[in-house]
Amino acid sequence: MLAYEDLVHQAEKKNLKIGQVVILDQSEQLEQTEAELRRRMAENLQVMRDSVKIGLTGERKSLSGMVGGDAAKVEARRARGESLVGDPVNKAIARALAVSEVNASMGKIVAAPTAGSSGVLPAVLLTVEEVYQATEDDVITALFTAAGLGVVIADRANVSGAEGGCQAEIGSATAMAAAAAVELAGGTPRAGAHAAAIALKSMLGLVCDPVAGLVEVPCVKRNATGATLALAAAEMALAGVKSAIPLDEVIDTMEAVGRQMPCALRETAQGGLAITPTGRKVHADFL
Amino acid sequence: MGKANVFDLLGPIMVGPSSSHTAGAVRLGAMARKIFNGELAEARILLHGSFAETGKGHGTNLALVAGLLQMKPDDERISRALELAEEYGLKVSFAKTDLGDVHPNTVKFMLQSPEDRQMEITGSSIGGGRIVITEIDQFVVEIPGDYHTLVLLHQDLPGVVAQATNLLATAQINIAQMRVSREKKGAQALTVVETDQAIEPAALALMRKLPSVFQAMAIEPLE
Ligand code: SF4
Repeated sequence: MLAYEDLVHQAEKKNLKIGQVVILDQSEQLEQTEAELRRRMAENLQVMRDSVKIGLTGERKSLSGMVGGDAAKVEARRARGESLVGDPVNKAIARALAVSEVNASMGKIVAAPTAGSSGVLPAVLLTVEEVYQATEDDVITALFTAAGLGVVIADRANVSGAEGGCQAEIGSATAMAAAAAVELAGGTPRAGAHAAAIALKSMLGLVCDPVAGLVEVPCVKRNATGATLALAAAEMALAGVKSAIPLDEVIDTMEAVGRQMPCALRETAQGGLAITPTGRKVHADFL
Repeated sequence: MGKANVFDLLGPIMVGPSSSHTAGAVRLGAMARKIFNGELAEARILLHGSFAETGKGHGTNLALVAGLLQMKPDDERISRALELAEEYGLKVSFAKTDLGDVHPNTVKFMLQSPEDRQMEITGSSIGGGRIVITEIDQFVVEIPGDYHTLVLLHQDLPGVVAQATNLLATAQINIAQMRVSREKKGAQALTVVETDQAIEPAALALMRKLPSVFQAMAIEPLE
């Protein structure tokens, strides 16, 4: 079984970032040069940037009409100088909503790791990029860090709401974003692992309960709260806060909790918010 | 690291909202079109299970038609697929159906060319955008669309399959997997061969000349 701990060890031993270790590994597995891998990841990054931009205009409505326009509201509040949480966190929230709204309205996104959870990673990374004035190259390396953790999670657990609940989708996205954020902010590989562990611990048990089976409610807003959670976990880890339970054990716990979750709470729309009176009404009206 | 690679976890680039109900649906439509292999005049699309229940909110209808129009999952015209079908001259209709004990995300395409050539193709979206074609004109198949695929409709007689594989070997085409399904013993059989290399038109022409072969088609893999 893969272990994130191995990636941390290698990074520490060779004095590399996790992302660089992941690139070396993937270069061998995919038989592609580092330049090719970086070019492919740059394409992902460009689509992420575009989806943020498009979503912030607030002009898109989802197919059911339940979501759309919220990213623009959050951004407008910040632009008026009224933000409660300050610019970076406000921007992360708006960006996560933006990408998720684009996804819900049949726009182009990068699954990260899934379409439903595609807002978390771009929101967090683009925000950290801005705060620390990071280079494009470093953002791309951080995306490899996030993806490397994703590969480990997919191997030890899964990234599917139908299998493991939302903890496996937005939970995984949040952990991936936390690890990548720490790296981009100049933290150590070890600190990144702590951040991811803290983030995923906070998501344990989160059920998948989409209203009417659509990737809209609660999915879109969970991307925004997932992004803020990733930033909080990164902030702690960068300050030297450690997770008492190591990351790989947290991932295994996520997998075990997913197995204990009843089927009604795993993307079947037969439990959770989906069967609230309002959830049922939306379902009946729409279909 | 293990089997999945970083681009499985960050990617694909796709039009939302769902990898199974949108991206997978586009791929199903595209695969059906590749199998049909020609111009389309009419498509009746039967939706089963979750495709019928939640398809509307996931744009599954649009995605299936976009695929028939040979779009890819990241094509931003997917949301306009119905208008584009009309421009192309493709008449589309949808109905809910119960196809029995099949995957919840299953669709049956009933396709017709301008010359009234007809074909029925059934397939399922099995997660993460991956698909499998399960039936072509009443024949049970299993075509994931990852490989070059040769489909042979032939008399169920000894030696026919061997002749076909010999032709492939002569053409230096390596077989990745092969399955035979038949209606009943001695009647018609359908052989599906997945290959590592493209099936050249010359090899396909030779297949068609085999005495017991009624039909031979080469299907390109999805990207
Ligand atoms: S609630 Fe379910 S469908 Fe929505 S984002 Fe979470 S895992 Fe995906």
